[in-house]
Amino acid sequence: MLSPTDPMIDIVDLCKRFTKGKETITIFDGLNLAIPRGDFVAVMGPSGSGKTTLLNLLGGIDRSDAGGIEVAGERLDRLSESELSRWRASHIGFIFQFYNLMPMLTAAQNVELPLLLTRLGRKERRQRVETALGVVGLADRVKHYPKEMSGGQQQRVAIARAIVSDPALLLCDEPTGDLDRATADEVLSILQVLNRDLGKTIVMVTHDPAAAQYAKRSLHLDKGHFIEKELAA
Amino acid sequence: MRSIFLQVLAVTTINLKSLPQRLWLSLATVIAVGLVVTVLLAFLAMANGFQRTIADSGAEDIAVVLRSGSLSEINSVVLRDQVRLIEDGPGIAKGADGKPQISGELYLTVDGIKRSTRTKASLPLRGLGPQGPALRRGIVITAGRMFNPGSNEIIVGKAMGKEFEGFDLGGTVTFNSTRWTVVGIFAADGSVFESEIWADLPVVQSLFKRAGAVQTVRARLTNPAAIEALRAYSDSDPRLKLDVTSEAAYFAQQASNTSDLIQKLGWPLAIAMAFGSLAGALNTMYSSVAARATEIATLRAIGFGGFSTFVGTLVESLILAAAGGVIGAAATYLVFDGFTASTMGASFSQVVFNFQLSPRLIGQGLLLALVVGLFGGLFPALRAARMPIVAGLYG
Repeated sequence: MLSPTDPMIDIVDLCKRFTKGKETITIFDGLNLAIPRGDFVAVMGPSGSGKTTLLNLLGGIDRSDAGGIEVAGERLDRLSESELSRWRASHIGFIFQFYNLMPMLTAAQNVELPLLLTRLGRKERRQRVETALGVVGLADRVKHYPKEMSGGQQQRVAIARAIVSDPALLLCDEPTGDLDRATADEVLSILQVLNRDLGKTIVMVTHDPAAAQYAKRSLHLDKGHFIEKELAA
Repeated sequence: MRSIFLQVLAVTTINLKSLPQRLWLSLATVIAVGLVVTVLLAFLAMANGFQRTIADSGAEDIAVVLRSGSLSEINSVVLRDQVRLIEDGPGIAKGADGKPQISGELYLTVDGIKRSTRTKASLPLRGLGPQGPALRRGIVITAGRMFNPGSNEIIVGKAMGKEFEGFDLGGTVTFNSTRWTVVGIFAADGSVFESEIWADLPVVQSLFKRAGAVQTVRARLTNPAAIEALRAYSDSDPRLKLDVTSEAAYFAQQASNTSDLIQKLGWPLAIAMAFGSLAGALNTMYSSVAARATEIATLRAIGFGGFSTFVGTLVESLILAAAGGVIGAAATYLVFDGFTASTMGASFSQVVFNFQLSPRLIGQGLLLALVVGLFGGLFPALRAARMPIVAGLYG
């Protein structure tokens, strides 16, 4: 159980390698990181530095080779695949660069997907979906399909999907990478509100220094190690 | 449990709603499975129609007497003295006139021309006595009249008249250099007798040089159980080296030989085709999984389990196959059910019958379709369930 003083993320001596043919590429070799609850961290760094790999490890969709990863009080390296699935459903909200909405489902149906993994009844699910879409300013787009919405709106639907089951941690992979500046600012403002007003811990991978400005602090990942910069007041 | 059901439902819905994106590939699978089912059901309907036509011809209270060891009427001989001994046998019913209800019959083949293909075929000509028609169920002269004893007249089963040339009422045909006049058309409740030509026994015996013998004896029994007494009587008299069976058993045996043969052709052909459509189904479903890789990975990242992904993919495959099965069954029903055909019966003569589909046969067709769907979806479903999430998200 996570106590208020425990970090949301605690990584100790993390190792991660990829094998490509006969070549083994080391991404992390003894990485350490602690992120407190309620933090909003931007992870930056050059391509291939391991930003997305870190995000995948934090979300339990990839496995480390060694070291410990504790997220929201759970040692991910000790969970089975099915336990990880259940854990993700209740603790993690993913936001992807290309939104990853189901094109054949409406905004409401897309947002409802994580709730299908809960015990909530249909009425409760609908209320939660409406609330989540309301938070991102899309209450009037409930029945719209992704193709009927702009990129920014689609990303807001994706944010609503990420928060609808009230996870403690949001993992954002280049959430504004496919958006223009103005729309990106709208999306980032929503993330800022989620962090500030709803207490969501957010880890956001980005290449965009302007996007990183919305985070409380920025971590620069280079050659498997972090260099930290404080950003927000 | 409820959550798993909802997950499966969601994944299946997503899969099915995305079918239009893979329309042609999915349609190809549906059509391939449909063709497999059509071929199978056509054969099964043929076998079923043939079997019913022949099996329905037999009655339990009619005894059929053949020479011992004869498999069918065509290669049997029953001598006149043997016919008399049978008349005196136990269990033979008597008519109002006190005479035993018995009919010695000759069964020969004559040449005919098939209307549809204009090819020659062997047709059954039966010479029978005055009691012959009464020993069969539902014999009705639908046009014309009964042949006159001692004349070169024939009556023709209505199925025979439809399928073969020259049997119109009032027409003449030539068998064995003798001209015969068609004086009547008869119906026989759709039984095999509707595929026969009937003439007076003494005339057939004389013109085909078969005097002094018949090939088969039909006798009405006092009750179905009387067959045992008649058989015991035949077995105990050394002058009667004959096989005594009920007409129902006789026709059931005759039907099963040919329908078994049809089924033995149909199933292997359908199964061979099923392997072809299985390859198509596998290709479709692997493509489906590949096309939905990002969607599957996203759902898994959200927290959906591998099981729901597996079942959703399998259900998609089963639905495509079931759609093919239904289309195949419908096509077979529309094209073949009631379709009239003729084929060689056990006596090497033509039997006219209708293809007959039945719910049981349609069930077999759909089952085959689902088997194709199951195996076509199984491995792609496993791939979907085991696909690494990261690979699905980032390629």
